[in-house]
Amino acid sequence: MLSALTLILTCQLIGELVTRFFGLPLPGPVAGMALLFALLVLRGSVPETVGAVGDALLKNLSLLFVPAGVGVMAHLGLIGQDLLPITVALIGSTVATIAVTALLMSRLARGSLSAEAVKADE
Amino acid sequence: MSDFAEVWVYLSASPLLFLTLTLAAFQAGSWIYQRSGYKPFLNPVMTAVILLVAILTLTETPYPAYFEGAQFVHFLLGPATVALAIPLYRQFERVRRSALALVVSLISGSLTAIGTAVGLGWLLGASRETLLSLAPKSVTAPVAMGITEQLGGLPSLTAVLVILTGILGAVIGPMVLNLLRIRDWRARGLALGTASHGIGTARALQVNELAGAFSGLAMGLNALATAILLPVLWRLFF
Repeated sequence: MLSALTLILTCQLIGELVTRFFGLPLPGPVAGMALLFALLVLRGSVPETVGAVGDALLKNLSLLFVPAGVGVMAHLGLIGQDLLPITVALIGSTVATIAVTALLMSRLARGSLSAEAVKADE
Repeated sequence: MSDFAEVWVYLSASPLLFLTLTLAAFQAGSWIYQRSGYKPFLNPVMTAVILLVAILTLTETPYPAYFEGAQFVHFLLGPATVALAIPLYRQFERVRRSALALVVSLISGSLTAIGTAVGLGWLLGASRETLLSLAPKSVTAPVAMGITEQLGGLPSLTAVLVILTGILGAVIGPMVLNLLRIRDWRARGLALGTASHGIGTARALQVNELAGAFSGLAMGLNALATAILLPVLWRLFF
């Protein structure tokens, strides 16, 4: 458990250092994700403890956004005088982005769809 | 009542109180979500945030005092983002097989996010600063704030818009996808991650690992795509 956590934190730390050093337009943890992915590919499998720690973190991923969310709601006043354009832009753009991305992907990826279960029934 | 106030002052001096309240509020949100039969508009993040903002407002607690306790939860966002490599690795064979479709859909989604946000805001008369702060709203917060700052927008407003977009995507995303009859997990995950970054990914991962893998990847790639595309587009149009 401890070694898995150390590995994950080390990937994040290296990710932070690399993005800062080279001025990359990515957050450190996203670079860390790429690094951990590369390590898993090199190893050819996910070590059991790394899988367990990762799954535990990701099972509660939603919770981790709560503190930032609270900070943001405390600053809702910033939206101020542009309330209408912001509301319309956020809702319209979110719906449009989801629709365009999902429609294109489901059409374009259809060919690569094999017999395995990729169908949702939410 | 003064006793309660004294106890509150004592408790709120240590991180324990707000750490516990954060977890409790999220548990309450999850409970309501479960009891409702998983209605998307009762998203647990949204419920928890509303509950906590109400508590902080009623007790006149400033945000930094709250964050003193909540930072322990907040910190885990970093390692959790790194851990997204695990579902990505497990599902990589399927990602690789649809790589071209993925890249085309992602870049189209990224351009749609920027174009519709700025376009709608501009049509309704938003200020220049607001438009610049809206443009990267689908990108994970640290990158979005960096892009906005570089172009002359307001990073703090961007942070608000990014979180709102995340919650909005998690709440209305599944409804939009159901309405369009998108039943491919890969497409559902990719769309949620592209439109609403980590909060969308958290939602996708809750439902299905394949959707989660595509969503986490979309979050990372959209950060990269927007950071490269947005400054170019902005100079082209404004």
